[in-house]
Amino acid sequence: MVNGVNLFFQFLDSFGFIVLSAIGLAIIFGMMGVINLAHGELIMIGAYGTTLSFNAGAPLLLAMAVGVISAAAAGLVIERTIVKRLYQRPLDSMVATWALGLAMTQMVRIIFGNSLSGIGLPLGAIQYGQFSYSMYRTLLSVVALVVLLGAYVVFTRTEFGIRARATIQDDDTARAMGIDTDRMYTATFVIGCALAGLTGALYAPALAVVPGMGSSFLVEAFVAVVTGGTSVLLGTTLAAGVLGTANAFFTNLYGTFIGQVAMLIVAILILRFLPTGLSGVVETVRGQMERES
Amino acid sequence: MSEHSLIDRFRGRFEGPNTIGNSRGFWVGFAVALAVAFAYPIFVSNYQAGNLALFLIYAILALSLSVVWGYSGVLSFGQVVFFGFAGYTFGIVTLNIQSTVGIMMAIPIAVGVATLVAFTLGYFMFYGKVTGVFVAIITLVSTIVLQTFMAQTAGSEWAIGKAQLGGFNGMPGIPNIALGVGETSVAFSGKLFYWLCLVLLVLSYFGLRALTNGRFGYAMVGVREDEDRVEMLGYDIRKVKLTVFTVGGAIAGLAGVLYAAWGNYIDPTVFSLTFATFPVIWVTVGGRESLLGAVLATVSLEWFRQQLAITGSEYALVVVGLLLLVVVLVLPDGIVPYVHEKAVSAYREYNDEVDRSVGSSTEEEIPE
Repeated sequence: MVNGVNLFFQFLDSFGFIVLSAIGLAIIFGMMGVINLAHGELIMIGAYGTTLSFNAGAPLLLAMAVGVISAAAAGLVIERTIVKRLYQRPLDSMVATWALGLAMTQMVRIIFGNSLSGIGLPLGAIQYGQFSYSMYRTLLSVVALVVLLGAYVVFTRTEFGIRARATIQDDDTARAMGIDTDRMYTATFVIGCALAGLTGALYAPALAVVPGMGSSFLVEAFVAVVTGGTSVLLGTTLAAGVLGTANAFFTNLYGTFIGQVAMLIVAILILRFLPTGLSGVVETVRGQMERES
Repeated sequence: MSEHSLIDRFRGRFEGPNTIGNSRGFWVGFAVALAVAFAYPIFVSNYQAGNLALFLIYAILALSLSVVWGYSGVLSFGQVVFFGFAGYTFGIVTLNIQSTVGIMMAIPIAVGVATLVAFTLGYFMFYGKVTGVFVAIITLVSTIVLQTFMAQTAGSEWAIGKAQLGGFNGMPGIPNIALGVGETSVAFSGKLFYWLCLVLLVLSYFGLRALTNGRFGYAMVGVREDEDRVEMLGYDIRKVKLTVFTVGGAIAGLAGVLYAAWGNYIDPTVFSLTFATFPVIWVTVGGRESLLGAVLATVSLEWFRQQLAITGSEYALVVVGLLLLVVVLVLPDGIVPYVHEKAVSAYREYNDEVDRSVGSSTEEEIPE
């Protein structure tokens, strides 16, 4: 039987996971047209930074900050040395970041071995009736909303966001207006990587920290980006909402595996019948309403 | 004279601007290399021949990506999907019908299943107007999903007929490839299997050379270079892409059948991200617009990886990853086309010098 409260917590969990998996990838893709296939590895770096500094004695929040900063630093190096050279070749930038991810996973495996001793899940559980749900995982969905809101404010309400979007829309004109477009690209890429690092930091207590852990975020991240469409923040939110619902509902009924299958089937249907993605549909509707009024 | 022109006409089908190696010099070198490859098992043990056979199987897989990505511009991380589907299908059919007839039936069925999977996936993508990086993402997601799916099929309820899918443990006991009628049958193992793989690799290579240098090949390359223009010329680019993708799936499927028969075994690692990367690495390093480059890079990279693995080093993946990175940044066309270009220009220079010193023009044709 479907328990409404269970379903609700399950939904929050899926929603948070999809948003946090996708957000770094989505911002880089939406703003720069670059698919960063080292995304999973940046998440892994965030988790490793967090776990290693936690094990060294840092308090959890400080350890998470270390995780975010290490992923951002890695992102800066990757952008300056590799991605920068491949802006005109989107497929090649995929292959290059992919190659990098492969080498990074293996290097981490060589240096730190096959697993780290983990951080226990903090904050305990929420009890309701005979059921309970992890407080921490529920909190992550709130963090996901805060991240979405923060990204929205940064990219629409700040000087930096306006410059960044101007660069995306027409970089020649932006340059003519005196914007350092190279720096905008670098900053956007680093923000995306820092968010990937944040995802790793947040899930470090909740998952096994192993070199290949990045790949467990990839399906959700890619599916959300592909179904979300061109308007990334709106798209990611909608995709996480729709896919999270499908995932939570079927997970609740038939277990995690069927939940994932259901999510993918919904994604395939969206792709086949809504070629502009979920955000594209919203924009079309909004455009029609404006014309009618 | 007539015999000469017949050879020329035959050669003409495999030559053109879309492949490197259109000169007499190339074909002589090719024949020598092929003779060496055929003679190799005579001088080594069954084990070594079997070892190299695996690299030849991988080379067929690499060819399938070269034609899809290098020639038609569709980056697919999913060649291993068709490879794995065919391997599993071959296993399922042969474990259910344990006879030479079963094996002979299993080969076309397995390749057919791979082709069908490629066609279905391709239909959804290309007729759903999915392009560019999205194709790459969807193919990548499909490998991850299949790995997750196959890895959880350990329970005994996951069986097709007598064949247990086996989850992480994989599917053992897949027979060798065997051909024959009634009582007389030949099972391909060891050196014989090596020769079979070599023949199939050479056939795939020639088949794809003919395809890429034919009318359809020009349409493929056109789609890669400028979709809009090709569409203006009256081609249905969705159809061109779907056809290439399906052909690529069939070739990857053939490689998958050989792979399952090679190890008598298949498991979900064929769908893993690491394995999905390898075709991309081979093809990029060798030169994705070069069929020959794909084959050469596959065999040398796999040989290198194995040598490192034998010495117990864990750095093979790091080195291969960095090599791929360097090639993308420095030599985006790949190593083999680069070497070929250098060789041709050196040859031309040498010819010019001969011309000047002798003072007469040579009739030797200049390779492209």
